[in-house]
Amino acid sequence: MREDLDLYDYRAWDERSAIRWPGGAKLAFWVAPNIEFYELQPPANPQRKAWPRPLPDVQGYATRDYGNRVGHMRMMELLDKYGLRGSVSLSVALCEHHPEIIGMCKARGWEFFSHGIYNTRYAYGMDEAQERSMIEDSMRTIAEHTGEACAGYLAPALTHTEHTLDLFSEAGGIYTCDLFHDDQPTPVRVRSGKPFVSVPYSLELNDTIAYVVNKIEPRRYGAMIRQAFDRLYMEGERGGTVMCVPLHAYQVAHPHRLRAFEQALAYIAGHSDVWFATGREIANHYIKHYYPEGGANAARA
Amino acid sequence: MPLAPDYLVYPRRRNGMDHDRYSWSMLAERAPVAWPDGARLAVWVNVAVQFFPLNQSGVPFAPPGGMSTPYPDLRHFTLRDYGNRVGLFRCLHALDAYGITPTFSINAAIVNRYPRLLERLAARGDEILASSWHMDTLHHGEMDIDEEAALVDRTLRTLRDATGQPVTGWLSPAGAQSQNTPDLLAARGIRYMGDWLNDDLPYAFRTTSGDLTALPLSLELDDAFIIANNLHSEWEYAEQIQDATDYLLAEAAETGGGRLLALSVHPWVLGQPHRIGAFEAVLRYIEAQACVWSASASEIVAAWAEQQAKA
Repeated sequence: MREDLDLYDYRAWDERSAIRWPGGAKLAFWVAPNIEFYELQPPANPQRKAWPRPLPDVQGYATRDYGNRVGHMRMMELLDKYGLRGSVSLSVALCEHHPEIIGMCKARGWEFFSHGIYNTRYAYGMDEAQERSMIEDSMRTIAEHTGEACAGYLAPALTHTEHTLDLFSEAGGIYTCDLFHDDQPTPVRVRSGKPFVSVPYSLELNDTIAYVVNKIEPRRYGAMIRQAFDRLYMEGERGGTVMCVPLHAYQVAHPHRLRAFEQALAYIAGHSDVWFATGREIANHYIKHYYPEGGANAARA
Repeated sequence: MPLAPDYLVYPRRRNGMDHDRYSWSMLAERAPVAWPDGARLAVWVNVAVQFFPLNQSGVPFAPPGGMSTPYPDLRHFTLRDYGNRVGLFRCLHALDAYGITPTFSINAAIVNRYPRLLERLAARGDEILASSWHMDTLHHGEMDIDEEAALVDRTLRTLRDATGQPVTGWLSPAGAQSQNTPDLLAARGIRYMGDWLNDDLPYAFRTTSGDLTALPLSLELDDAFIIANNLHSEWEYAEQIQDATDYLLAEAAETGGGRLLALSVHPWVLGQPHRIGAFEAVLRYIEAQACVWSASASEIVAAWAEQQAKA
């Protein structure tokens, strides 16, 4: 184990050269629906239990399955209403289990990025060959079912190894959602030496973290999103910021939560200087215009 | 040492579910469900009548709401007992005041412990459904099938004898099931169960003795979950139920398909004197809506099943 994986350099928030988003927008806003499949009978991982209760954990499983049966459609209609595209954090086995959901996302021009095979299969304990094989499987599955090259990664259930980002870059990926250290994109050092960037994906505004871990009331979640937006929009005057709202339909799309969330989306959609982007678009724009010459190492102070 | 090779093998990576209990189906793509008299929202208020034993085994886990301090945990034992002695009657008074039909889920141990309580409930004529023996008889995957069968038998026999009702509904303590629970229930005359939370409508659930109906009892809208687990206030509870009611009514109006509001109520939570007013506010709100059908769980299942049979 190492003290730090040395993935990026330290840069103080108020000492950066300005980023400009397309159209002069102050803030790049993106929504990342997690579209996941959790297995009823997953194999055991030595470092993390898939379910808190003995299998079958009916309550845990059914809670997630609600998203696929009921929630995604509600969330899609809501994003449609405000002209927003999702960047899907995808348990890729869902392409096989529920191709109808993939079709609905495709029809909307949504982006798909890899969130592993299942959200009940963890990278903990994998050697490099195993993790590479899992990552390549996930990217191949996305390509086969959506016709898209997968650009981004969010490790399944946020399970990482020391080489996760190296392996994803070597497999052709360009951005990660796994790092929560900043409100702007950051160059990330990877073994391949290829351009690779962290795109901010907020855990603090992640609906599951908010509702389940922090036990936030539905209306307060909407208020938190508006507060975060106001601050990042204001700070975006100085240099473009990024705001992400990661969602899980099995949480936010419940009938007692969706309207309060909608009010936050409507608020954000009512602002002009916002670039409504996908994860890939933010990564590409940053890499094209702001990525340090000579790669992430050259960004070292 | 790497993980065993089968960790990267996915035998159930296929179209549909990763099990055979029910078919993959998106609610929005199903034929619309119509409730009686043009109602848009069926409301199932399930009132839990529970016994949490003081000598809790906690196998395979301590049930939510169960004992949590060293034995004898008189604190939690009596707080739960408050529901059966006091809170329940406040809840009933509130339900009756607004004309909302309750269904009672009963731990069978209540029958012998509190005959007067059972008499009172049975005399009302509201539906009674079974909820195993008590809150510490959890059904779980490491349980021997014969032991579980005996537990279901004892529960159903006791409740059927005591109530004179057929008792065709089931809720597992803590919503926990083994891989055998649905088969054991269906073989013993259970017709619907509320443990699978994955929908806002009933759906067909396969067993070795024919189909059950899954009638999802929302955990997200459960009073103990919102107030005791999430630590939201009683008035935030009321807001959430009102928001859910509004959302489901609007969705039903837009889609033309009926929806289900399934409220799980614990008298030891909402029956406290500082909370009962919030429950009354919820009931008043629901009662004031047009197009709401307050019904027993069985009536909702029957209305749904009749339409499936025709389809």
